[in-house]
Amino acid sequence: MTDTTSHGGTGPSHRGVEIGVAVAMIAFGAVVIVGSLQVGIGWGPEGPKSGFFPFYLGVTIILASVLNLVAAATESSQKVFADWSQLTSVVSVVIPTTIYVFAVPWTGIYLSSLILIALFMRWLGRYSIAMCAAVSISVVMVTYLMFEKWFLVPLPKGPIEDWLPL
Amino acid sequence: MEEIANLFHGFAVVIQPFNLLLMVVGILLGVIIGVLPGLGGANGIAILLPLTFGMSPTSAIIMLSCIYWGALFGGAITSVLFNIPGEPWSVATTFDGHPMAQQGRAGEALTAAFTSSFVGALFAVIMITLVAPLVAKFALQFGPAEKFAVFFLAFCSFIGMGKEPPFKTIASMMIGFALAAVGLDSVTGQLRLTFGFTEMLNGFDFLIAVIGLFGIGEILLTMEEGLSFKGKAAVINPRVVWQTWKELPRYWMTSLRSCIIGCWMGISPAGATPASFMSYGIAKRTSKRGDNFGKGEIEGVVAPETAAHAAGTAALLPMLSLGVPGSPTAAVLLGGLLIWGLQPGPLLFVEQKDFVWGLIASMYLGNIVGLIIVLTCVPLFAAILRIPFSIIAPIILVMCAIGAYTVHNSAFDVVLMLVFGVIGYVLKKCNYPLAPMVLAIVLGDKAEEAFRQSLLGSGGSLGIFFSNGLVGSIMVLGLIALFWPVIQNAWTRMRLATAA
Repeated sequence: MTDTTSHGGTGPSHRGVEIGVAVAMIAFGAVVIVGSLQVGIGWGPEGPKSGFFPFYLGVTIILASVLNLVAAATESSQKVFADWSQLTSVVSVVIPTTIYVFAVPWTGIYLSSLILIALFMRWLGRYSIAMCAAVSISVVMVTYLMFEKWFLVPLPKGPIEDWLPL
Repeated sequence: MEEIANLFHGFAVVIQPFNLLLMVVGILLGVIIGVLPGLGGANGIAILLPLTFGMSPTSAIIMLSCIYWGALFGGAITSVLFNIPGEPWSVATTFDGHPMAQQGRAGEALTAAFTSSFVGALFAVIMITLVAPLVAKFALQFGPAEKFAVFFLAFCSFIGMGKEPPFKTIASMMIGFALAAVGLDSVTGQLRLTFGFTEMLNGFDFLIAVIGLFGIGEILLTMEEGLSFKGKAAVINPRVVWQTWKELPRYWMTSLRSCIIGCWMGISPAGATPASFMSYGIAKRTSKRGDNFGKGEIEGVVAPETAAHAAGTAALLPMLSLGVPGSPTAAVLLGGLLIWGLQPGPLLFVEQKDFVWGLIASMYLGNIVGLIIVLTCVPLFAAILRIPFSIIAPIILVMCAIGAYTVHNSAFDVVLMLVFGVIGYVLKKCNYPLAPMVLAIVLGDKAEEAFRQSLLGSGGSLGIFFSNGLVGSIMVLGLIALFWPVIQNAWTRMRLATAA
């Protein structure tokens, strides 16, 4: 569904993002080439060296991305990538999730998940505190039972779980 | 008729009560995954894969493959009732399925969709039963060059047959291969592309990539579109089912054609989505009521659903017999095999008979169980879709995080998942296909190993890939697939020139 973003609102141009992606890929290709050169791209006693295959991957990535870059740069469309209000909703998911993934090692997965679900519902859904608490607590409980009890897969725990008599 | 005996042995494995229970659980989870936005077959299975670590491989594959059937069924529910395709392959189902629902014929449309899915899957499973053992037997003679040629063919088909710009497909695929190369080199035992980061020693796990690219990426896309669900109510009662079933045999020709299209597209890694569109398009052109397509024609539901399900099932044929998955979901299942300690490829049919035939038997039974479950539980699944996205989204995020964590019990993987998610969102919006990237991450090591072993055998000459009839013809097929758009173009121009 890439062609549905011409809502008429303002936002970063699709062309600009395409160019950015192509440039990032060229950079990635360059990193791959550098890494391959470090381990050797030639022919060793055991056949092609470790960098042989990745080296050509890097070269292909750069070649393909240059062509994509040219295609994007010569495109005349005025399409926006997404308008600012849409990007705001995307960012409003990315930021709490970023905090969440970095919090998991410290708080364990249960507490941080509980907070993520509750805050998400409160902010984006404007539910009552009781509703947020009910949903987030029951999801965490079901997760606990399903993983730790039924399927015997341990999940990361933090100080709270150590303190609870589980 | 050794295969038939093996198949019955497989049925005996599958109908153990525990496995039957897993089957039902798998179908239910699968339909939920198919119905929910942001969760699809591939990442749904990737998230639930850790649940199977404690099971025997046979039980595990039964549950996971049933999740897959469930997801295939589930896509139809959202398409018909909500006009939202839960999966890309059910887009074509919305064309006629949703108009039928608007006319109050939702029950009819759903019955037609589920039944066609079932027929398509059954056709593909029968094909797998008959063909897969032969392909596997044949593939046992493959050396490294032939193995590489098969990979080459698979990846070339992506470039030539995909609807995305070919250079974007190439870039996306090569990045996948490069990510697969990070870490320990399986041939020399040397570390590469890690740049001194200990986190990168083990390379990138494709499960993390799948969960991020498809799961998180899809949630971000849904957030951007600001979905609000406005659905039609569905009533399925035995009378509607019976009446629809009486009508369906009329479309046997459409059905058969869609089965064949689906199987073909599923084996070549084009996949279920183009199969469903192609089948819909051909049905529209050949049907007597073709002008009515798009206004609620039942044949317009039969065609794409049959093809999508046939393709989804047929994608398991190359995965089982050659170790080359035909779709991202098949790739995740293949990843599962590796985790359970099985070596995918032709040897499976020799060494793991219980597993292979258990899986094939579960395809038969799973689809029957699936059909019964979806026909009886539609209102329940539709109710799930009415849960607002602001509740569903954080729960899916948490599930993705748990799935990513449990792959290696690593918190770094959860961070990586989010990075993949944002990348997936941007790439998808820029029309870069994600499936070839995922497949390249899965198959990268194997493809590289086959390539290097071939070169080692030939002393560095690329001539090894054309050294005998077999490897040469697979490579030529690959090249034809790669340059297919060019060939097609030239062909049309030539025909126009001779006509003029």
